[in-house]
Amino acid sequence: MTGDVAIRCQGLGKQYRLGPRQRYRALRDTLPALALAPFRGLRSAMGFGRPTAQGATLWALRDVSFEVSAGEIVGIIGANGAGKSTLLKILSRITEPTEGQAEIHGRVGSLLEVGTGFHPELTGRENVYLNGAILGMRKAEIEAKFDEIVAFAEVERFVDAPVKHYSSGMYVRLAFAVAAHLDPEIMLIDEVLAVGDARFQRKCVGKIGDSVRTGRTVFFVSHNMVAVQNLCTRVIWLDGGRIVDDGDRRVIARYAANTLTSRHQRSWPDVATAPGGDAVRVTRASVRPAAGSGHEITTSTELLLEFEYWNLGSGAHLNLSLHVYDEQGVLAFNTAPVNEAEWHGRAFPQGRFLSACRVPGDLLNEGVYRIELLVVKDQATVLFRDDGILVFEVRDAGQGRGAWYGRVPGVVRPNLEWRTTCLERSEAPAGAGR
Amino acid sequence: MSGVSGTGLVSPSTIIRPSGARPNLGEVWAYRELLYFLVWRDLKVRYKQTVLGIAWAVLQPLATTLVFAIFLGRLAGVPSDGVPYPVFAYAAMLPWQLFAHALTESSNSLVANERLITKVYFPRLVIPLATILAGLVDFAIAFVVGIGLMAWYGIVPGPFIAAVPLFVALAVLTALAAGLWLSALNVEYRDVRYTLGFLVQIWLFATPVAYPSSLVPERWRALYGLNPMAGVVEGFRWALLGHGQPPGALLVVSTAVTFVVLAGGLWYFKRMERTFADVV
Repeated sequence: MTGDVAIRCQGLGKQYRLGPRQRYRALRDTLPALALAPFRGLRSAMGFGRPTAQGATLWALRDVSFEVSAGEIVGIIGANGAGKSTLLKILSRITEPTEGQAEIHGRVGSLLEVGTGFHPELTGRENVYLNGAILGMRKAEIEAKFDEIVAFAEVERFVDAPVKHYSSGMYVRLAFAVAAHLDPEIMLIDEVLAVGDARFQRKCVGKIGDSVRTGRTVFFVSHNMVAVQNLCTRVIWLDGGRIVDDGDRRVIARYAANTLTSRHQRSWPDVATAPGGDAVRVTRASVRPAAGSGHEITTSTELLLEFEYWNLGSGAHLNLSLHVYDEQGVLAFNTAPVNEAEWHGRAFPQGRFLSACRVPGDLLNEGVYRIELLVVKDQATVLFRDDGILVFEVRDAGQGRGAWYGRVPGVVRPNLEWRTTCLERSEAPAGAGR
Repeated sequence: MSGVSGTGLVSPSTIIRPSGARPNLGEVWAYRELLYFLVWRDLKVRYKQTVLGIAWAVLQPLATTLVFAIFLGRLAGVPSDGVPYPVFAYAAMLPWQLFAHALTESSNSLVANERLITKVYFPRLVIPLATILAGLVDFAIAFVVGIGLMAWYGIVPGPFIAAVPLFVALAVLTALAAGLWLSALNVEYRDVRYTLGFLVQIWLFATPVAYPSSLVPERWRALYGLNPMAGVVEGFRWALLGHGQPPGALLVVSTAVTFVVLAGGLWYFKRMERTFADVV
């Protein structure tokens, strides 16, 4: 089949309605309209008729055309909101395109999330069957692969216990193991490699690598440039719902060069349109040296990260969570305000907030860093996330590197205390080295 | 590639494009294993999470029948076509409970399965269908108890009991017909869920469960059949107890209404299906 077309998209587009009508409605919003114009009101209430001028629309994807040959490993990259997930959802048939069409030749396995349909009350064994069926496996197929799945997940001893008693690591391993044993010709994957511990991640990458060698077509959406670099033979870069670049791995470098420009100070004065949602709106984000008025950031600079936001809901505890990535997409660290005693477990009132975080000097290495901001409600629900809300470059401070002039390797570059002591001043002990 | 095992679908090709509103029932058949697993999940989880488990299937119709028998049968003196009132009411509770449960569960099913809908593709029809089929197990258990109740009163089912499956199928189809409309509407309008309890309650009173349809004047009988459950319940009771006349005009009208609502439901569901994942 190699050389045959596996996926062909022609002019794919997806339009979303924005504003208050985007989510589900309450009848009380529609009833007045019904009263005024019964027939037309009823038609639109039932979802008939064309999307009208009510509320703005957004093309999440537009004019997307490409062809993927069987056996290609395609990575889709781009900023948040570039249309990556929408494209994957259309190819997975979860949502329909508004225009254009896609052809898929081969049995599709799509993996937008691991553990879809897992039920906490059911045992590991029962969930494997259920999840397998949901992902499109036949019962006979699941039976045949069952032992292999459980062994891959390393949960043999607990397979008949309800998964609500599993540790989160076990849960995720089992969920991924089912997905990894799907045997489709075309695999659509969304960022699911970010599960489990590092060792298990390597195992998963290995498993996907295996499927690559068997000639399977893989379509892979990721923020992790390292994974894209390692796995993909072809890279498509989306921006604003359109294809910007499509080619070999060098697309990654062009993407990095284009998007990783500095974003030190950002503000969105209009709360109604600021990034966020119904519950929270971010109005300002900035990164700057904690002391002085300069803008220069070096490896020894202490940084101040500030985020201003409106809390529009009430009754919930909010916290920010920051993921700081280097230019390869490797997560340097994650931080969240876990030790702010005054807000611990307390609900935030409605209003405007400023959360600031100090990043000590001598922590980050030189290079470009990108910050992903998450606003989390009650330590459980992500209300909002923006990957790349801030991007900044750390320059070499020109100190603390001794006689070494190259780039100090590593994601971080701490200035650690060393002490070397001469324990004894003497000739080498008798017998040594002779 | 030949690695496709046991599916019979060797390298199927799919065309994805903005679709119309023609329901594709063949696809539901292709996903029958998923349907089976979802029914199985519903049953397993229900019986694991509830203390009384399987007893719920019997308790509800029995308790309702008891209340009806005391207040309506005994105190109000509602006629029961010559059958002991408890048997009369219970025989109607069986298809009614099946219907009411299926209607409530299927209407909430799409919203309850939001995670599945936004993360995996399969014909969405499978979801309300699974919840309705899961109700059949409860029905079967309650049915066995019903046979016991009849034996207690010395009533032996006649040959018409062979028609029972037909009326069960009709009850399921009626629930599906209404459930398709309501589940799809519920995705867009969450009000539906609050209306349901109320709707089921009125519907119960408009259906000959606690009273015989013979109370309705002859000339209004066919009109009464516009409530599709009137025909189902009356027909089921007749088939099970083998008592009285088969419900003629009533049943014909009810069946016709069911099929019209079902066809409309399939069409409306399919129409809304493509936006479920965007709205739910």
